Amino acid sequence: MLAIISNVLRASAQRNGAAVITSARTYADFTTQATFEIKKCDVFKLDEGPATQVVLTRDEGLQYYRTMQTMRRMELKADQLYKQKIIRGFCHLYDGQEACAVGIEASINLSDHLITAYRAHGYTYTRGGTVKEIMAELTGRRGGIAKGKGGSMHMYCKHFYGGNGIVGAQVPLGAGVALACKYQGNNELCVCLYGDGAANQGQIFETYNMAALWKLPVIFICENNRYGMGTSVERAAASTDYFKRGEFIPGLRVDGMDVLCVREATRFAADHCRSGKGPILMELQTYRYHGHSMSDPGVSYRTREEIQEVRSKSDPISMLKDRMLSNNMASVEELKEIDVEVRKEIEDAAQFATTDPEPPLEELCNHIFCDMPSLEVRGTNPWAKLKSVS
Amino acid sequence: MAAAARLFIRGANSKLSIAPSSLGVTLLKLSPNCSSRTKTQRRHATHFTFQPDPVPSQYGPTQKMNLFQSITSALDNTLASDPTAVIFGEDVAFGGVFRCTVGLRDKYGKDRVFNTPLCEQGIVGFGIGVAVAGATAIAEIQFADYIFPAFDQIVNEAAKYRYRSGNLFDCGNLTIRAPWGCVGHGALYHSQSPEAFFAHCPGLKIVIPRGPIQAKGLLLSCIADKNPCIFFEPKILYRAAVEQVPEEPYTIPLSQAEILQEGSDVTLVSWGTQIHVLKEVASMAQEKLGVSCEVIDLQTILPWDIETVCKVVGFPLERTVQLSSFGLRCGQTEIIEVSLQADNKTERKTQNVGSHKDRKTSKSRWSKQDACLSVTRHR
Repeated sequence: MLAIISNVLRASAQRNGAAVITSARTYADFTTQATFEIKKCDVFKLDEGPATQVVLTRDEGLQYYRTMQTMRRMELKADQLYKQKIIRGFCHLYDGQEACAVGIEASINLSDHLITAYRAHGYTYTRGGTVKEIMAELTGRRGGIAKGKGGSMHMYCKHFYGGNGIVGAQVPLGAGVALACKYQGNNELCVCLYGDGAANQGQIFETYNMAALWKLPVIFICENNRYGMGTSVERAAASTDYFKRGEFIPGLRVDGMDVLCVREATRFAADHCRSGKGPILMELQTYRYHGHSMSDPGVSYRTREEIQEVRSKSDPISMLKDRMLSNNMASVEELKEIDVEVRKEIEDAAQFATTDPEPPLEELCNHIFCDMPSLEVRGTNPWAKLKSVS
Repeated sequence: MAAAARLFIRGANSKLSIAPSSLGVTLLKLSPNCSSRTKTQRRHATHFTFQPDPVPSQYGPTQKMNLFQSITSALDNTLASDPTAVIFGEDVAFGGVFRCTVGLRDKYGKDRVFNTPLCEQGIVGFGIGVAVAGATAIAEIQFADYIFPAFDQIVNEAAKYRYRSGNLFDCGNLTIRAPWGCVGHGALYHSQSPEAFFAHCPGLKIVIPRGPIQAKGLLLSCIADKNPCIFFEPKILYRAAVEQVPEEPYTIPLSQAEILQEGSDVTLVSWGTQIHVLKEVASMAQEKLGVSCEVIDLQTILPWDIETVCKVVGFPLERTVQLSSFGLRCGQTEIIEVSLQADNKTERKTQNVGSHKDRKTSKSRWSKQDACLSVTRHR
């Protein structure tokens, strides 16, 4: 739009014969950065919390927007493919919670480590997986990020340990990864995520104890989306202050729908860990639009009005978009262009995911063991042997 | 609570095969093979036909029920007759993810049917406490795959309570229920058959029904039994298995194997969903190969009815074939095989035929042709 105006002005100026300053390129008309006031975090066993005044640059804003939009579109596409029965089995969608994944990734490095539960598609993307690989894994093809053998719940990539099916089982694992970081002295940390349902599992508390005792550089993050499958937090937990559950571990309660809040809190938490102070616990208050999984309509334990309300008032992508537009950090067209590009990327990925061949039968039993001579695994009857190559 | 929506699992999409008369056609169908998959993604889901039992006449009026309804009926009977009975587990209040406890909370109150948080170890530990204190505890583990956090409580606490207290205390009032076995789309964590893990544990009873009539009777026996019991319910049969089930409470004795079909050439031993595969195999073997098969349903896995099986095997029968859904190594069938061979004085040949556990690509295959093949090989 501005380009057109500037062209017209230039043309008219030339006609008038006046000297013309070549109009500046369009993007310099945007503000390169702006300061925002974000919600204060509740703190537990901490003297001060994360900053409430944050700076967002235009580039960062566009990058967060693109990432969140990609995640949103990817999840919606997965929903579509599931309903077409191209994706089968279990599929737990992350839409509504994009700000968490993007905010966390913004404040840690790719060399840090992350582990989460089964609502993992978003994290697989922010940790370095491509949409193509993720979608191909959902459809179980050989181009998938886990070679088609893992599926929705078991996606992995470098420094991202999944993708775990059993509720709460990933938390002690995360502490172990943090121990390895401390032991190797590489100044890396581990972000260990779990949900509000998992917060009631015994092994979480065992992990808190070990992490605090040995001062492990782990950030425990409870993604509280208010419902553990179909049970609301009030009906499942004696204390819904999940950030205080660490008891001897300092905690923060963060607005998980605001990407800047999450980013700032994670930055604070990362500094805390890297300075050797030990573990820290963050509760991200967020919301998922879909049900627990694709088999759950999501409306038998909450009202449609509630979902609509969150979508209209606190949607992470809309919030970021409004912020950027009202501060002249981007134009509507620019964001629309990003939307179009994202849509294309998702379409291509879905196309790939639908047409890529499945892993061959020979690979079915591979990777059971390691460093063993290839062994024979029995198939459906004693005479159907499959080979397992380590 | 209305709770019409199915929260977690879609209803079992088992493709029930066509009527027995077209078994010949079914035989000709090739065994499903991954590499021959067509573009349209033919789904080789758990392929078996549920074979309903004849209507029992000795227990009074019957009603058409599927497996989850028969479980609800058993629980309803228990809550009505036993004022100390309580049912708890994840999501049982609204009816459960498989609808096994629908309507019970409304009928008997929220202090008798209640939800627990997400903590299997806690659920079983808590259940042991309830049982020791004298109340009848019926704990639900949402899927048998999640029973492992509770493994310590079951094996180290529940099973040994009576013994270590010299019979002063016991948790016989405890019954643990869990959906069990392959379902077609369950993959790693919604398809497991963990009965073998518990099979070495004295003090515990493990029961697996093959259909609604057995389920109600066996569950009521488990609840009445003075030992801690684990009752595994084949999840693929929840909707697929429909029989005429007596409305009044009745019990089926534990540790008694049932001979479903007499035969003279081969003995087929199994439990749960596999029984239906075996029944089909038996008729196929009779039709196609002229082999007469004896089909035995163990029903109670631990302690199992070794006498019936041995007596049957000891007779002119030369071979025993076992089919279990815990396909790979060291399953329950291996345990039975070893016991049989140790017990028998003359050498008998036993053979283990496994079925493929679910892989992520949902290909559980109780291929009838495969099972039939195994029978042929024995001769």
